Amino acid sequence: MTTFSEGPAKKGLIVSPIENGTVLDHLPAGKGIMIAEMLGLKEGSVVIIGQNLRSTKYGKKDLIKVENRFLTDEECSKIALIAPNATANIIRDSIMREKRDVAVPDIVEGVALCANANCITNREKVQPRLRTVSRSPTVMACTYCGFEARAQDLKLR
Amino acid sequence: MDFKHRDVVSIKDFSRPELEKIFETAEGMERKGYDKSLLSGKSVGLLFYEPSTRTRLSFDTAAQRLGADTIWFAGVEGTSVMKGETLKDTIETVANYADAIVMRHPYDGSARWAAEVTTARAKRGEAKVPIVSGGDGKNEHPTQTMLDLYSMVRTQGRIDGLDIAMVGDLKYGRTVHSLSYALSMYDCRIHYVAPDMLQIPDHVASFLSSKSVAFTKHSKLEEVMGKADIVYMTRIQKERFPDENEYNKVKGLYCINREMLSRAKPNMRLMHPLPRVDEIATDSDQDARAYYFKEAGNGVPVRAALLALVMGAVQ
Repeated sequence: MTTFSEGPAKKGLIVSPIENGTVLDHLPAGKGIMIAEMLGLKEGSVVIIGQNLRSTKYGKKDLIKVENRFLTDEECSKIALIAPNATANIIRDSIMREKRDVAVPDIVEGVALCANANCITNREKVQPRLRTVSRSPTVMACTYCGFEARAQDLKLR
Repeated sequence: MDFKHRDVVSIKDFSRPELEKIFETAEGMERKGYDKSLLSGKSVGLLFYEPSTRTRLSFDTAAQRLGADTIWFAGVEGTSVMKGETLKDTIETVANYADAIVMRHPYDGSARWAAEVTTARAKRGEAKVPIVSGGDGKNEHPTQTMLDLYSMVRTQGRIDGLDIAMVGDLKYGRTVHSLSYALSMYDCRIHYVAPDMLQIPDHVASFLSSKSVAFTKHSKLEEVMGKADIVYMTRIQKERFPDENEYNKVKGLYCINREMLSRAKPNMRLMHPLPRVDEIATDSDQDARAYYFKEAGNGVPVRAALLALVMGAVQ
């Protein structure tokens, strides 16, 4: 895993391109390492993490490039809870083939825990399921107990 | 409007016409008497993991008045829950014995989970056993709300246009939250009376605002006593306070006695989900405006109507 900081706005200038893989862009500044760890990007593939890059849209941002790795829907849901404005660019043969917004789906199942300690999903073996109440800011409600929490306060599984 | 096999988990799952259908059925049963043939040969499971007086006994009475047998446990002592059995496995088992399951459980969301368990069971080709919540943790108590609304209709003839005061523990009281959600379907005014630390939570207040419900907040009961059609008292629940000192600051803050009742409108009815501690003095019990025991009695027709509807005995 390589990290670098304070790069210029144009990512291509400092972050070397990848042939096949995923570029996660527009991550909140300071969340890059956490997201990389959450995705288990510690070993194997080449991973480049950019921190505190200048962003015209958000001021500062983090960015992750990972070679030969494409995200599952579940992984996109996890990222969206932490980084609702993130985009996932799919690169194949050095060309960006697809640009996906990692929007929080209406229902997120098995990804994050309900923030209510007394919820049945935290007490017995019940798959947690959260419903998106609002997207800006991202607020999720448990479909079992109704408890609402901001996405940033949720514990991911 | 189809009630057969319907789970009763949250008051939010019911529309106003559906609630009115339940009240109409309950009123009919009260007026014409209970038909023992309606649930004859059926069995209702009453799984009460937590203490209950009114909810359990009124469901038991309701089921028996309609001719159903009841199977039950009250407290987990003597059950396999003590051996670590999960709620899912208990529900899977009892669903073989009962045609409907009424449950009270300490965990929030447990009723929804139980409903999913019997729905999954139905997908395997078994009969769908409706789950009726008798309270899940601090989350909801939908049948209490139904009998509260029924009590308002019975005493005032309507809910639209009423001034309804809710007093006491508005922060932790699940009956207050459920009742507020239900009242958002009616054109009434709600007055919340509580100290700041126990006022109605923001998420309930913002829900009401989103539905354009008129509500006010007060700290003094006297401010609403003269104009309310319904005063809904609640117990300040010591067990919900993280700090006993905080509880001591607010305990006994509101207490209605007969002298205070005399200043209320003649049509006002004093309600309380019970049990009470000291928020209603016993000298109020003889006042015509005191309705809390009759309110508890209304649990039987409302729960009988609900059982008959979800078990498919009444259309």
